[in-house]
Amino acid sequence: MLRLREISSMELTRAHLDRIEQVEGSVRAFVTVTEDEAMREAEHVDQLRREGAKLGPLAGIPIAIKDVLCTKGIVTTCSSRMLEHFKPPFDATVIKKLRAAHAIMLGKTNMDEFAMGSSTENSAFFPTRNPWDLERVPGGSSGGSAAAVAAGEAMASLGSDTGGSVRQPGALTNTVALKPTYGRVSRFGLIAFASSLDQIGPFTRNAQDAALMMQTISGHDPLDSTAMNETVPDYAAALTGDIKGMRIGVPKEYFVEGIEPGVRASVDAAIKQFEALGAEIGECSLPHTKYGIAAYYIIAPAECSANLARYDGVRYGFSARDTSGDIIAAMSETREQGFGAEVKRRIMLGTYALSSGYYDAYYLKAEKVRTLIKQDFDAAFGRFDALICPTTPGVAFKLGAKTADPYTMYLNDVFTIPANLAGICGVSFPGEFSEGLPVGVQLLGPAFGEPTLLRLVDAFQRVTDYHTRMPEVATKRKSAARKRR
Amino acid sequence: MTTTATPETETMMTAISADYEVVIGLEVHSQLLTASKMFCRCPANYAHAAPNSHCCPICMGFPGVLPVINHQAVEYTIMTALALNCEIPEFSKFDRKNYFYPDLPKGYQISQYDIPLSRNGYLTFTLNGQEKRVGITRVHLEEDTGRLIHLSEGGDPRTLVDLNRAGVPLMEIVSEPDMRSPEEARLYMEKLRSILVYLGVSSGKMEEAALRCDANISVRQRGETKFGVKTEIKNMNSFRAVERALTYEARRQIEELQAGRRIVQATRGWVEERGITVLQRVKEDADDYRYFPEPDLPPLVVSRAWVAEIRERMPELPDAKRTRFVAQYGLSAYDADQLTADRAWADFFEQTLKIGQPYADDAAMQARAKAVANWELGDLRARLNTDAIDITANKITPESLAELITLIERGTISGKQAKEVLEKAYASGERPDAIVAREGISQLSDAGELEGIVEEVIAANPKAVEDYRAGKAASLQFLMGQVMKRSKGRARPDIVTPLLEKRLQQA
Repeated sequence: MLRLREISSMELTRAHLDRIEQVEGSVRAFVTVTEDEAMREAEHVDQLRREGAKLGPLAGIPIAIKDVLCTKGIVTTCSSRMLEHFKPPFDATVIKKLRAAHAIMLGKTNMDEFAMGSSTENSAFFPTRNPWDLERVPGGSSGGSAAAVAAGEAMASLGSDTGGSVRQPGALTNTVALKPTYGRVSRFGLIAFASSLDQIGPFTRNAQDAALMMQTISGHDPLDSTAMNETVPDYAAALTGDIKGMRIGVPKEYFVEGIEPGVRASVDAAIKQFEALGAEIGECSLPHTKYGIAAYYIIAPAECSANLARYDGVRYGFSARDTSGDIIAAMSETREQGFGAEVKRRIMLGTYALSSGYYDAYYLKAEKVRTLIKQDFDAAFGRFDALICPTTPGVAFKLGAKTADPYTMYLNDVFTIPANLAGICGVSFPGEFSEGLPVGVQLLGPAFGEPTLLRLVDAFQRVTDYHTRMPEVATKRKSAARKRR
Repeated sequence: MTTTATPETETMMTAISADYEVVIGLEVHSQLLTASKMFCRCPANYAHAAPNSHCCPICMGFPGVLPVINHQAVEYTIMTALALNCEIPEFSKFDRKNYFYPDLPKGYQISQYDIPLSRNGYLTFTLNGQEKRVGITRVHLEEDTGRLIHLSEGGDPRTLVDLNRAGVPLMEIVSEPDMRSPEEARLYMEKLRSILVYLGVSSGKMEEAALRCDANISVRQRGETKFGVKTEIKNMNSFRAVERALTYEARRQIEELQAGRRIVQATRGWVEERGITVLQRVKEDADDYRYFPEPDLPPLVVSRAWVAEIRERMPELPDAKRTRFVAQYGLSAYDADQLTADRAWADFFEQTLKIGQPYADDAAMQARAKAVANWELGDLRARLNTDAIDITANKITPESLAELITLIERGTISGKQAKEVLEKAYASGERPDAIVAREGISQLSDAGELEGIVEEVIAANPKAVEDYRAGKAASLQFLMGQVMKRSKGRARPDIVTPLLEKRLQQA
């Protein structure tokens, strides 16, 4: 529509800013809305289009950005007191790429502090609510980015996935949420939680949009030595609709007790659908799955304990301005006041796991488990093009339901963590609803298997309509807004 | 150039070496002469730069930044490791060393822990005419920290942070505890510096902290095989400081033991002005730096082809050059040693020698080589030492020294005159040819004129002539001196001597 100039980028951006204004009071997906910048950029894109410039498919598309990605001159908080007023002096590589593609940034979205959490309740500012049920969480840590797309506040968004932080909120909000292969997307400018696990991924409403987002953000970056120099395929071209003969594995360890019946039913229905579309379904085993959470909660905190050591109040961010004269005491005070409880818990866990005398028993052991989990996947992908399983054991839970016990919260990521440990790709997409709430179906693919995953999701979406459903908060308010005008 | 032990340290050493043996191992850090920093593109040379003017979000540890390995720094480290006869494993990696300090922007230092770029090498130097070999445990690569500037003026103490140095490539060279005296530690440092400067990887400047030395030192009774409790000595900013500090510390430890006390494992700082080491920190347990593999950097794969290519590009090292100087130029081992200790001195020598080409034969070339070495290590070095001037910064160029030697060889000026010309050229930078021409410095070689002077001298000194004829050979020297005096130093001795002898033999 933009290309045909049926609608201008300014109109499209304005419409999304209006939607933000209408629903933010209840959803609270954004930490910062960059209205003026967005309208300026939109005007610029319209100008370019009038001048006949050749523009890419994302030109003029309003996008929301998780507040973990550095945006030059625009406050980037990580939803932490520590960075409440921090304005990065540079753009993350993905932001540079989106700007080059003339995408419009609407603002920065809320998250669990430093991406640690599964409900966005760990934000130092406020929790984000699930647009499908405002009493429930949108998942996390990229809850703001997921909610923004689900509520129609943005056409797409970026999140980051360290143990499921894109896929899990995607599942809970009826969006397509992709965690790319480790090294597919540059991490430069992504504020690190756990460097060996973090990966930036998109939220969209369908597989086609996910393909467009991936096309723009993927690729090698001289600023990130872990971003692999692997050719970026034509993702849109992979969406042929034809999945005949594709082999999909069903890992039995992902269908265990504790999964809500509605979730189980939705995944089973998706499996049947793929079979109906001509895919070959077979069972497989990933025997070390059960050690995933334990290994993750050693490796991720260990890396975070070092990654978050830089927040000392000396160069930027919050500073407690302790004047006792003791430098180390001042740094401690800054960290005491600047970090929330969950962040401190993980820093302590990680510090402990790396300590002399414990390193071998914890960190080294966890790395060994990681290798075993990788080998499990290698074996499975020898037989299958993709694996299918639930994204989460249950649908969106109520705010406060799991905050008392961190361990139950951690269990929410049991099906998403292994992909991060193995560095493979995974996507959560809307399946059959359960009691009016979205259910995410997860597909896991081998390294650089994103085209395969997107082809499967696209084929599924050609014959289903779950992904087209919008929550009431969006539809109702929209009409209300129209009336207001 | 080579420093010498002060009388003070010599006497101390005699005192400590009787019953006790000193055991020393050194940890040397050298900044590398790369254009940019270790993990970002900021310039690595921060000399004279305003504080915090050579830093960026990466070396300042901003949120979201990532390191990228400086390839040149890795090559320099491999080159150094090869020069130190180390093994270079095919696989290496970086690790995070975690600790909090305001000069460490990320809260961790990217270093190398269990798989360094190289290990198991050695370095040799000459000790009392014999070759001494010291084992090299490892050579690895890391990043430097920033600097803290403590202000205490006006009763308002403040600490400022300068991050220009943060992220500068830093190579660490760890030795085995193979040194047995403070002198050996100094000789090791001198040889190591020489190699680093030869390779062009380090400025070698200890006074600017571009080259730093920490020492582990312990003492034990002679014959004892177990090591004693060691202390770590820091803040030694010159070769002389290394020797003085370790001499002091060895003596202190022995006195403690002799007094029946035990040595406390600790870090001690050398206080140059007071000539003592002082306790800085007692080490109850090993520090826990919680090392773990740096997840932001892929492992380093060092292919054999790469190592071979680096080896190809290595310049000639001091030992090889010394051997060549003896064989090719016929220099004495001592002269060759002195000339090759510092690459700049060796280069100066060879450049000077090259200007005299072509030589009639090897003998002529070697005679010239000896002359160049004598002037460079003699008058020129004395001058440079007095003024503390670097040979590369002095006004005598290889061209002027070659010209000066040619003037002597041709007999235009005498050796004594040459010393004066050198002084003038050293002060003004003027070429010897020009000085000689302008000041009319020349030798008297006209036989007729010289015969006249000889006649005058013989006539004026009948006593000396008589003594000579009576067999007192020394009188000839006296008469020579008189000829030189009458000729105002211009008479060519090689012509005067036979003239005088011939005249004296006549009745």
